Amino acid sequence: MTTLTWQPGVYAALKQANIRQIGYVPDAGHAHLIEAAHADPDMKAVVMTTEEEGIALAAGAWLGGDRCAILMQSSGTGNTINMLSLPQNCRLPFFTLITMRGEWGEFNPWQVPMGSATETVLKAMGVQVRRADSPDDVAEVVAYSAALAFDSRIPVAVLLSQRLIGAKVFVK
Amino acid sequence: MSASHFGRNDNVPGTLDRRAVAAELLRDPGDLLVVTGLGSATYDAGAAGDRDLNFYLWGAMGGAAMIGLGLALAQPSKHVLVLTGDGEQLMGIGALATLGAQALPNLSVAVVDNTQFGETGHQRSHTGLSTDLAAVARACGWANTATAWTMEEVAELTPRLRTEPLFAVIKISPAEVPRFLPPRDGAYLATRFRHALGLRDD
Repeated sequence: MTTLTWQPGVYAALKQANIRQIGYVPDAGHAHLIEAAHADPDMKAVVMTTEEEGIALAAGAWLGGDRCAILMQSSGTGNTINMLSLPQNCRLPFFTLITMRGEWGEFNPWQVPMGSATETVLKAMGVQVRRADSPDDVAEVVAYSAALAFDSRIPVAVLLSQRLIGAKVFVK
Repeated sequence: MSASHFGRNDNVPGTLDRRAVAAELLRDPGDLLVVTGLGSATYDAGAAGDRDLNFYLWGAMGGAAMIGLGLALAQPSKHVLVLTGDGEQLMGIGALATLGAQALPNLSVAVVDNTQFGETGHQRSHTGLSTDLAAVARACGWANTATAWTMEEVAELTPRLRTEPLFAVIKISPAEVPRFLPPRDGAYLATRFRHALGLRDD
């Protein structure tokens, strides 16, 4: 069991940003946020079959007056590309936290191609990308990135680096 | 290939006029929140009468049902109707599982099913080959599903699609109808929708 250090601060930052909906595709790096969302009676937590659904969920949330955050893994970012035309065309905020794979002590080579391309792909689709590498400032990066997304009504992604979340251990 | 998995042949097109179906489903819509899938469903809803609470997709294929979910979660006191085509719903077929898991009381989906990808030259879609989307929805946990083949059945669906969580397939003719092009500026559509709900700009 990993000791929680920075994770509660990230959830608090989402609450402070008035996030009311969280859509997610399960991921070990997001496990605390997912559990916190389900335990919070004021948060609507939506498990999705693919990350692409999250772009549309967030658009619908905004149309109805809710702020939404999407939790995904870097490999899943590749599933969202065309759907990112939705916030672009409609001038909608979009905010996502992406746990990185394939960059720091990765054991599984299948995670490397999309992990390496995540930032490039997001930028190519007009998404502002911020990165959190340190437990000391991750909550602050999340807070100010959420403000950028919702105040300026633009798509913003925060990459939670693999060094921050810890490489997945396959051999025990 | 077997004609049907369920003892009736669902994998053939219907005879209903799609514009008549949309006009019936969107008759006197009140404050019904409507999201339409790209292509003909968007044109049909526009032809039935443009209104601020229609949110038309011109892209983002596969996203209509999920937009409906986010909207229904945000507006629990209003009912949301997603009107889309078989091809659009097939591209977002996983959303039927996501919506089924949420089981919201204020969200309905109506698929106008011509069993073809009409926008791209009328290639047969999966609903013209083997897939029954209402059966898929049932298997994803939707308690209320229906398939309509006649205008009388469509008229029975109209109030249900505004009051209960219903997934309905409406079998329509694949015949071409005149183009009707509603607004396609996404920022305009989103802003007018929010303003019609009384939402501020931030």
